[in-house]
Amino acid sequence: MAINYNIPEYDVLRDPQRCIACRVCERQCANEVHSFDPDSGTMKSDESKCVNCHRCVALCPTHALKIVKNPDTFRLNAYWGQNDISEIYRQAETGGMLLSSMGNPKPYPIYWDKILINASQVTNPSIDPLREPMETRTFLGKKPGAIERNPDGSIKTDSLPPQLKLEVPILFSAMSYGSISYNAHQSLARAAQELGTYYNTGEGGLHEDFYKYGPNTIVQVASGRFGVHHDYLEAGAAIEIKIGQGAKPGIGGHLTGAKITDAVSRTRMIPKGTDAISPAPHHDIYSIEDLRQLVYSLKEATEYKKPIIVKIAAVHNVAAIASGIARSGADIIAIDGFRGGTGAAPTRIRDNVGIPIELALAAVDERLRQEQIRSNVSLIVAGGIRNSADVVKAIALGADAVYIATPALIALGCHLCRTCQIGKCNWGIATQRPDLVKRLNPDIGYKRLMNLVSAWQHEIMEMMGGMGINSIEAMRGNRLMLRGVGLNEKELEILGIKHAGE
Amino acid sequence: MNYVILGNSTAAVGCIEGIRSVDPQGTITVISDEPYAAYSRPLISYLLYGSTTEEKMRIRPDDFYEKMKVKTFLGKKAVRVDSGRKAVALDSGESIPFDRLLIATGSRPFVPPMQGLDKVGKKFSFLTLNDAKALESVLTSESRVLIVGAGLIGLKCAEGIRGRVGSITVVDLADRILPSILDEAGSEMVKKHIGQNGIKFLLGDSVAEFEENRAHLKSGGAVDFDVLVVAVGVRPNTELAAEAGCEVGRGVAIDEASATSVPGIYAAGDCCECRDITTGQRRVLAILPNAYLQGETAGVNMAGGEKSFANAVPMNAIGFFGLHVLTAGSYDGEEIVETKPGVYKKLIVKDHLLKGFILIGEIARAGIYTSLIREQTPLDTVDFELLKQKPQLMAFTAERRAVKLGGAK
Amino acid sequence: MKRVYVNEEWCLGCHLCEYNCAFAATGETDMAKALKGVTIHPKIQIEENNRISFAVSCRHCDDPICVKSCIAGAISKTDGVVHVDKSKCVGCYTCILVCPYGAVMPAPDGHAIQKCELCTDNACGEPACVKGCPNGAIVFEER
Repeated sequence: MAINYNIPEYDVLRDPQRCIACRVCERQCANEVHSFDPDSGTMKSDESKCVNCHRCVALCPTHALKIVKNPDTFRLNAYWGQNDISEIYRQAETGGMLLSSMGNPKPYPIYWDKILINASQVTNPSIDPLREPMETRTFLGKKPGAIERNPDGSIKTDSLPPQLKLEVPILFSAMSYGSISYNAHQSLARAAQELGTYYNTGEGGLHEDFYKYGPNTIVQVASGRFGVHHDYLEAGAAIEIKIGQGAKPGIGGHLTGAKITDAVSRTRMIPKGTDAISPAPHHDIYSIEDLRQLVYSLKEATEYKKPIIVKIAAVHNVAAIASGIARSGADIIAIDGFRGGTGAAPTRIRDNVGIPIELALAAVDERLRQEQIRSNVSLIVAGGIRNSADVVKAIALGADAVYIATPALIALGCHLCRTCQIGKCNWGIATQRPDLVKRLNPDIGYKRLMNLVSAWQHEIMEMMGGMGINSIEAMRGNRLMLRGVGLNEKELEILGIKHAGE
Repeated sequence: MNYVILGNSTAAVGCIEGIRSVDPQGTITVISDEPYAAYSRPLISYLLYGSTTEEKMRIRPDDFYEKMKVKTFLGKKAVRVDSGRKAVALDSGESIPFDRLLIATGSRPFVPPMQGLDKVGKKFSFLTLNDAKALESVLTSESRVLIVGAGLIGLKCAEGIRGRVGSITVVDLADRILPSILDEAGSEMVKKHIGQNGIKFLLGDSVAEFEENRAHLKSGGAVDFDVLVVAVGVRPNTELAAEAGCEVGRGVAIDEASATSVPGIYAAGDCCECRDITTGQRRVLAILPNAYLQGETAGVNMAGGEKSFANAVPMNAIGFFGLHVLTAGSYDGEEIVETKPGVYKKLIVKDHLLKGFILIGEIARAGIYTSLIREQTPLDTVDFELLKQKPQLMAFTAERRAVKLGGAK
Repeated sequence: MKRVYVNEEWCLGCHLCEYNCAFAATGETDMAKALKGVTIHPKIQIEENNRISFAVSCRHCDDPICVKSCIAGAISKTDGVVHVDKSKCVGCYTCILVCPYGAVMPAPDGHAIQKCELCTDNACGEPACVKGCPNGAIVFEER
C-alpha cells in the first residue's frame, strides 16, 4: 500500500464513561467513521474519514463525543502551513484539482466587522419598534424617475414596472435542486411563502411539486439552461439570469452524475446519471447588448410581468459591470461576494477569486448614483451575510435587500464542514441519497428558517429604531449611519463612510 | 330491561361490560354457584405456584359489581331456565325473571369411568378455585402426585405444584403431550423441557385399575401415589340451555351475535360452540379471550346494540417452567418449519391464508401472526418472505402501515 | 385523545427512541449511568429493512384486544392509556399472542409483560420517544 503522507484533520474523542454503545453515531455517519466492535462491546472510530460535520456529536444521547482538531502536526512552519503541505500531498497523490464547498474560509478582512452602526441620542429620538410602526417591507424592481400624476391629481401606478414585494429585506439565495435536497428546497419554499419573501431555484430547474410556491419563487436561468422552459419561467415571481457566483467567479458548475437522480434528471431536463455541466460563460452573451437581448427575451416570454434579475459575482471592476447591467433592461442586480457558498468549487478559485461584498456594494451603489441610474435597478447583495447587523450595514451601504444562503443552510443543520461536493451530507441538505435526504424533515426545517428570519427581522427593527429610522426605504444608502473602525483612507473612501469619531 | 347472567367468569364480565357500553341503567343480575367475585380460572395453577394470590386473581377491581350496578346471587345455583315464562329458578327456590338471558355456565371436568376410582381418597379435578384449594390442602413436600391427563390443565397443574410436592407422574392415553395444541415435534420439545423439570411421563398408557394409593397401568406397571388429579378433559355445561330449548351440539350453539336459537337467550364462553374461521367447522373454543369477546358481543346485543364476533380462532398462550408456547389456528395446510436450539416455529398456510402457527421458545410479536389469521389477510397482499423470518409490520404495504401506525384512515 | 403516531417517512432508524424509552424507565437522570453496559428492553422498537424504518409501540387501541384477552385481568385501559398491573400479570403471554402490532413484550425479568404506557408509568411527563426523536418521526398528538 502506498504511504499515506497525510494525517487526519480531526480527532474523534469518545468518553468511555459516557458512551453506552447505542450506535447512533455509527448509524448516522455516512462517512463511516464509527463502528461497533462486538468483541469488546465498544465503539471504534476511523477519524481519517471524519469531516467534522457534528452529526454524531449532535445526536449522541450521552454527549460522549467530541470532534477536535487533530493535535498531531507537521513540523510548525510560519510560511508552510499544515494545510499547504496537506494539499500538496493530496495533489501529488491524485493529480487532480482540489475541490471544496461553501464559502471562502480564508482570513481575508471582514469589512462588516469594521463598520459600526449609529444610534440616536437626545436630539433625534430613537423609535421603539414595540410601540411604534416600523416597516421592514420593501419592493424590488425598477422605480420611475419621477412621480407621474393622473389628471385628477392621483399618483399614476399603472405604468409601474413589475416589483417584488418583500415583507422583510431578506431573500433566500439561489441553491439548485441537485446541489441541495428536495427537503431542503421544500423547507426554503415553505419558509419563503410564510415569511412573505422569496427563495431561488438556482440553476437546477423547479421540481414539479414546488410550482405551488411559484408566487414566492425566483426562477433562475443560468449558462446550462437546466430545466428552463416556458412553464418554468411563468411559474416564478421573477427570473434571475445567473452570470456569475461569488464562490467561483469566472467558472461554471459541475454537478456529478451521481447526484442526477430520477427526479433531478426530470427537473433539470437532462439524462439520469449524466454530469450536469454549466459552461463558464453564457455562450450567447459576450456584451451588455447580448445580455440585453436575453433580458428582453425573458421579458417578452413572460409578457413583461416579471422583474428580471441579473446576478454577477463581485469582481474587480464590478461597478462598471453593474452600470452596464443597469442599462440592459434588468430590473434588479444581484451581486455575490467572495464569501458566498457553493456545493462544489475548485479550492483555488473559491479561496482566491472575487472581492469582498462590502466594497463591491459600496462601489456599485456609488457608481449608479453618480450615473443617475440607481433607480433603474434594485440591488440585492449576497455572499457572506451572517447576521441581522450585516443586513443593516448592507442596506445602509446601499443595498435594497440581501440574499442569504449559508445562514439558511446553517439553520437547517449545516455545520459548515465544507464537504458538500462528496454528496454525503449527514444533515440531509447537500445530498441526493434518500436515506440522508430524509434526515431533513421540512416540517421542522421550514419552521427553523422562519424562526431565523423572524428573529433577524426583530433585530433589524431594533437597530433601525435605535437610529431613529422606521422604514427600510429611509435606511437604504444612508451611509451617515455607518462609521468605520481600523480602516485606512482608501477603504473608507470606497465604502463611502467616515471613520468612527468623525 | 332486565338482564340475567348465569355464570360469573370471563364471559359474564364481558357481558356486563358489553351491556353497560350500551345501557347504563338496566338491571343486571349475575347468578353463580361459586361464592367468589369473578376470578380467573386459568390462574389457579399460578396460585399454587405462588405467583399470584386469591385477591389478585380477581379479574376486575373490587368495586366492579357496584360500579356496574350488578346484583349478584353468588353461591346459588340456577336449576332451570323457563324460556316461556322468562324466568330462572334457583336451587334456593327463588325465581329470577329476565328479558334477556346470558348462559355462561362454562364447563365441568370430565371424569371417565375408571375402575376402582371410588377407592381413591385424595382425588381432585383442577378447574376451579375450590378445586385448587382442596388440592392444596392435601399437598405435602412428600406427596407423590399422579396426574391423569397430559393436556393443558394437567400440565399446568403439574407445573403449579411441582415445587411443593415430592414427585409428579403424568399418565395419558395419547402418546404425546398437549395433543390439542401441538404437533409431534412441538410436543416432544415441550415434554423434554417439562421432563427436565422433574415431571415423569407415562404416555400411550392408561390406568387399568385404581387402588387407594396405587394405579395399575394397562401396560402392566403400577404407580404409587398419594394424590390423584384427574384432568382428562372438560364438558360444556349445556343442560340448562338444552332444557330452555336452545339448540345444543357439542356446546350451546351460538351465532356471530352470541345469540342461541331461542330469542332473548344468549350464550358465551366455554359452554358454547361457535364457528372456527380457520377450519369453518363449529366447535367449542374453550379459551379465555373468546369467552370475553363472546360475552361482550352478547352483552351489546342484549342491550339493543349491534356487535358481531365473527372471527373466533383457537389459540393458546401457555408456558411451562419458563418455556413459552404460543399457538393459534389450525394445522392443516402447507407447513413452514424452522428449528434451532430451544426454538420451534411452524407456520401453516392454506388457500393463500395463514391458517395457524406454533411458536415455542421464540414468541416475540406473535400477535402479528394471529391477526393475519383472524383478519384472513391474503398472503399476496403482504411480504410473506419477511413474515417467515419473524412477525413484523414491515411485511405490510406502506399504505397499510400508515393506517396501522400513522393514524391514516 | 392524544396518541403516539409514527411518520415513517421521517424515521431515520437511529434507534434513539429505544434508548430514550429504556432510559425513561430507569428513573435515573444520567443516561450514561443508567444504560452503560446494560442490555436495553425498550417498549418501543424499530423495524428496519433496506431504507425503510419505523418505530412500533402500543397503539392504545380503541378496542384493545389485549385488555379483553388478559387471563389475569391485569391489563386495563384508563384515560386512553392501556396499562399493565405487573403485580397481577402472571406472564402467560396471551397479550403477546393477540396484539396485532407486536407491541407487547416480556418484561426483562420474564415474569410479566411490559408495554408502552405513554410514560405515565415514569417521571418523564411526556413520551420520551417523542421528546427525543430528532426528526419528528414520532409524534404525540390529537388526530
